[in-house]
This record gives sequence, structure tokens and C-alpha cells, in this order.
Amino acid sequence: MVAGRTSDVVVAMHMSDGLLDAPTVAVFWAVAVVGLAICAARARRELDERTAPMAGLVTAFVFAVQMINFPILPGASGHLLGGALVAVLVGPWVGALCVAVVLVVQALLFADGGLTTLGASIVNMALISTFVGYGVIVALRGLTRRSRGGLVAAAFLAGLVGTVAAALGFVVEYAIGGAAPVDLGTVLGLMVGLHALIGIGEGLITAATVGAVAAIRPDLVYALRGSAPVLELRTTGSTS
Amino acid sequence: MTATDRRLLGFFAGFLVVALVVAGGLSYLASPDPDGLDTVTLHGCETGEGEELSGTCIAQHATDSATAGSPLADYAIGGAEGSTGLAGVIGVLVCVAVAGVLFRLLRRRTTTGS
Repeated sequence: MVAGRTSDVVVAMHMSDGLLDAPTVAVFWAVAVVGLAICAARARRELDERTAPMAGLVTAFVFAVQMINFPILPGASGHLLGGALVAVLVGPWVGALCVAVVLVVQALLFADGGLTTLGASIVNMALISTFVGYGVIVALRGLTRRSRGGLVAAAFLAGLVGTVAAALGFVVEYAIGGAAPVDLGTVLGLMVGLHALIGIGEGLITAATVGAVAAIRPDLVYALRGSAPVLELRTTGSTS
Repeated sequence: MTATDRRLLGFFAGFLVVALVVAGGLSYLASPDPDGLDTVTLHGCETGEGEELSGTCIAQHATDSATAGSPLADYAIGGAEGSTGLAGVIGVLVCVAVAGVLFRLLRRRTTTGS
């Protein structure tokens, strides 16, 4: 955003080119590609005629909500990353692909985030925030499946923890190959502090969205699969 | 089409409308302040008149994206002020199209492969 700020309202929000050195950029592109390939392989098994369109819409929703920067401190804002949200709604494997599509569209069409640093951004936001958020949901499975209130509370925590984890991802990348000689402890403290605040917003948005979808169509919520008392008529021999 | 299918389609249509309203309308209410990452990369610098950064900070190493010349760069149509909402609507539709094709392809390979 620094390089290309315009007078318009929405500013860019992802890592610019030039912040990481070339070897680090290459390493995290490799991690991103391998991670997304694994996700695609697993996603194939889970996508069906209902989850595939749901995943497409979840992708668009994450793009839309990422545009809404909310204030966290005077002079600083935050925006949704979306990892926990997609993990709850469509699962971590499909969900990581949803966030990755958002990041690719943002980088290619909207010049938001550098192309060289896109791999690192995918690692932080599509992989780390999604899988850490999902880890929270799994750890709180008892709460998640007890009631809609439990699901909403777990979604909030997943959003909060996933956001801080994604921020730590940047700190690690910066420690390995940061381009500027800025004190790492300062970067760590600022990233975690700011993203703890942003994580509260992330948690609230995640909880509100998950709560709304669970109220209308609980059968479309991945985290509730196998728990909802949905009666299904199956004929003998049908496996899927 | 069964009533169940219609209700599912109705839900999907509603979800899309919400995304379009958020990107096309709510985006005008977004905070213009730098986000968490930008706040950190700008730490130590003062933003002077224009785009000059004085001091020492990570953001001084930022370079322009290769796509900075995109007609949708910085969430505006050709840089036009007030076009954020339309840029957002385009982004939502592109995301639905790209993700829709991707997930359909992944799904089709599942069904034909097994």
C-alpha cells in the first residue's frame, strides 16, 4: 500500500514485494504450492454438489469482508483474514483453497500484496490461519457440538487464535529473510499486539457469520457434520 | 427441481447478495488507516507530504507490485475516486467465477475417477 496508496477509501492490505529477500520468497512459495496441492487432493474427496457452490460463495464472501477495514487503535485498522471462517463453514482443506483464491485475485487484479511475497501471504493467511483456526474448533469439539451458542463461541476463539498465528507466520518469515534491519523483538511485539486486537474483530465477524449460517442451514456447516440430528433416508447399498 | 433444491438455491443466492452488498456498499465505510501489517512495516517512519517516508522502517523496502498498473489496482476503477464499490462488486463476481470453476473441476475429477 505504501507504494501505491491512492486517495480512495480502501487501502491494500497484504505483504508488498521487497519485504523479504529472494531465497525466503522462493522457500515460502514452495511451502505454499505443496500445502495447496495437499489441500486440493483432500478437497476432492469432500466436494459434492452442495459443498462446491458453497465453497465458491464462501470465497466471494471472504473477499468482500476483507475489504472492510475496522479501526483497532487510533491510526491503525484491521481486516478479516478468513481462515477460521472458512474452516468452520467448508473445512480446512477446501477452506485453504478459498482463501488462496482470494489472495491470488487480490494480487493479480487489485495489486494488493506483491506477487513475489504472495507465497508467504498464502502460507500465513490461507494455510496457517485456516489450520490453526480449525485446530481450535477440533480442540473445542465438545463445545462446538453442544449448541449453536457453543459453536459461535468456538468460532470466535478460532478467529482470534488463527489471526495471531498468521501474524506469527510473518514474524518467522521476517526473521528468516526480512529486507530491513529492524529489531525482531519490536516486530514480534507489534505484530502480536496488533493482531490480538484484530483477532477480536476477526472472532466477532467469524462468530456472527457462522451463527447466521448455522441458524439458517446447519447442514451446510462443516464443523457440525455428523453431529446434527439430520434425518436422512438411505436405501441399502447407497454409499454416498 | 424439488422444494429442497429451491431452498438451497435461495440460500446460495442470498449469500451472494450479502457478499455483493458488503463489497459494493459497506466498503465505503472501511477505515482508511493502515492495517496491522502495514502499521508494523511503517513503524519508525513518518509519512510526510505525498508518499515520502522519513526515518527507518520496513516499508521503505516495499516495491511496486508488477500488477500496479492493473485497471482495478487499489480497489478502484482506473484510479477513479468513489469507484471502490464497483471494484468490490467485480472482485466478488471474479472470486465466485474462479472458485466456482476450481471447485467444479476438483469435484468432477472425483466423480469420474472413482
